[in-house]
Amino acid sequence: MKIAVCVSHVPDTAAKINIGSDGKTLDPNGVTFIVNPYDEFAVEEALKTKEKIGGETVAISLGGNANKETLRKVLAMGIDNAVLLKDDSYRDSFSVAKALAEEIKSQNAELVFFGKQSVDFDNSVVGQLTAEILGYNCISVVVSFSLEGNKITCEREIEGGKEIVETTLPALITAQKGLNDPRYASLKGIMASKKKEILEKQPAAANNSVEIISMKKPAPKQAGKILGTDATAVPELVRLLREEAKVI
Amino acid sequence: MANKILVFIEQRSGKIKKSSFEAVKTASDIAQKISGSVEAISIGNEIENLEKVGGFGAAKITHFKNADLENYSPSAYADIIAKYSTENNIDLFFFAASSMGKDLAPRVAVKTDSGLAMDCILLNCESNDIIATRPIYAGKAVIEIKLTSPKKVFALRPNVFNPGIPTDKKAEVSVVNISSPNLSVKVVDIKKSEGKIDVAEADIIVSGGRGMKGPEQFKLVEDLAQVLGAASGASRAVVDAGWRPHSEQVGQTGKTVSPNLYIALGISGAIQHLAGMRSSKYIVAINKDKDAPIFQVADYGIAGDVFEIVPAMIEEIKKIKS
Ligand SMILES: Cc1cc2nc3c(=O)[nH]c(=O)nc-3n(C[C@H](O)[C@H](O)[C@H](O)COP(=O)(O)OP(=O)(O)OC[C@H]3O[C@@H](n4cnc5c(N)ncnc54)[C@H](O)[C@@H]3O)c2cc1C
Ligand SMILES: Nc1ncnc2c1ncn2[C@@H]1O[C@H](COP(=O)(O)O)[C@@H](O)[C@H]1O
Repeated sequence: MKIAVCVSHVPDTAAKINIGSDGKTLDPNGVTFIVNPYDEFAVEEALKTKEKIGGETVAISLGGNANKETLRKVLAMGIDNAVLLKDDSYRDSFSVAKALAEEIKSQNAELVFFGKQSVDFDNSVVGQLTAEILGYNCISVVVSFSLEGNKITCEREIEGGKEIVETTLPALITAQKGLNDPRYASLKGIMASKKKEILEKQPAAANNSVEIISMKKPAPKQAGKILGTDATAVPELVRLLREEAKVI
Repeated sequence: MANKILVFIEQRSGKIKKSSFEAVKTASDIAQKISGSVEAISIGNEIENLEKVGGFGAAKITHFKNADLENYSPSAYADIIAKYSTENNIDLFFFAASSMGKDLAPRVAVKTDSGLAMDCILLNCESNDIIATRPIYAGKAVIEIKLTSPKKVFALRPNVFNPGIPTDKKAEVSVVNISSPNLSVKVVDIKKSEGKIDVAEADIIVSGGRGMKGPEQFKLVEDLAQVLGAASGASRAVVDAGWRPHSEQVGQTGKTVSPNLYIALGISGAIQHLAGMRSSKYIVAINKDKDAPIFQVADYGIAGDVFEIVPAMIEEIKKIKS
């Protein structure tokens, strides 16, 4: 079976965010980019599934040339093939999903892993959108996955617990932290990944329905009051919470 | 355009979620500005107090009923909403960006060919356009966006929009029994975390970090949470150390929370932690390092030792509560 995994290339979570001079985009100067952390869980689950049932894995990323770094990293973890859907322009989630769905279809992948969220725009939607466009069954925010024949059983994290969800192939799963422990690339993997070719394709043009009007830093919070350094400050703290903030 | 708004009412175990009332109230405020109308839809088995959505501004609610839909089924729920919206010419959809809403809204968007604005924290109207503000880069920036598609889906971050005080208006309730829903994806069971309040839904959260020194000392975090009726949360450092379960982790790779009160005990305030809690209405920090970054977002702080301060807080709160 062909197993696909979609990975995005995102600013490091510790990066300082500066807004570009157009007031609508990120200023990439000085920002390091990494494999989207949730996508590492997706890659690990794809590799584990292949180890169990055989088949072939392919990683797909949509974006500019820089996304090749992320594709190299997942090749080094053990993914067999990589495709870059090359497009430097702005795409909303829908336009990303359409392009990914097109590629998944042409790859004939029956099982697809996504991350639950890209830590850039934090949308948490591309997986569900792609599944719906493909007509695949979809379970999101998954913390445990099992495949027996055609049948899939997952645990999905919700408020105050977990849902046990069942479905069948073809299916798309979005990975939450806790699903597995992503492996490190081995030296052999890193060497092998350097020799692998990343296939470049041109996705169909975007048809965006999300227009960005502005991008800003959030209004800075007024620094709070430090009320003291020991327990004598506690009565004042509790009084403020009760009388000024009115939250207890 | 008629600007017909449909609000999805989420239920768990037959009870309507508070975040759905927030969505109804927000939709009805928007409807007034764009001369629209608001109706609601719910899916499940028996649901209590459906007419209550009237008090928040929905004139009617249609409940799609089937015993197999008591638990969430993405395939069935999305089909039902899409069919209803076609038959009733819906233009705008409102969801709470809860774990169910986040899963369902994009599916409905594809089925109805709508643009999608997820996890909104503010909606404004400018000459009939709805401008949505949403946090990006884990809250390190915000964007304002406009949807240019004719149909639009908005999902609102829970606990951010004020549901106001409901009027005693009752919504007109119609119940539609449905046979053979599309159960190709189906929740067969729910495992509840025993007796605990979840951080994602709590009004008050007390979180502990590495400054708590060890798993046993988290009793202090739980005790303070208990006197406040709060949920207990954790930083990633202590989740990774195995002191606390991942379900309690607050932050960029944990949960995003916006309670009325967030109390951080022995948490430094790393950028990834702040990402998950900086939109809390009030933040209290107890940390012995007065330069810890957590104090930059805290409304009130004590720069002292948690093992001295927290027991005193528990006593003081007990005193005022009795
Ligand atoms: C990709 C990525 C994702 C991440 N996601 C998250 C996330 O979702 N959530 C998250 O929380 N972190 C996340 N992190 C980790 C984050 O960077 C920090 O490492 C983490 O938040 C630190 O946890 P802490 O504040 O408990 O520990 P520390 O940073 O070690 O802070 C402990 C604090 O306790 C104080 N202290 C010590 N003793 C006492 C005492 N007796 N009384 C009072 N104060 C005391 C110290 O002064 C210190 O400020 C992520 C990191 C990465 C790289
Ligand atoms: N440009 C992209 N290329 C490949 N996969 C992507 C891209 N954007 C998002 N994804 C996938 O969709 C998931 C959810 O992203 P998002 O909806 O943007 O938060 C990510 O974890 C990735 O698996």
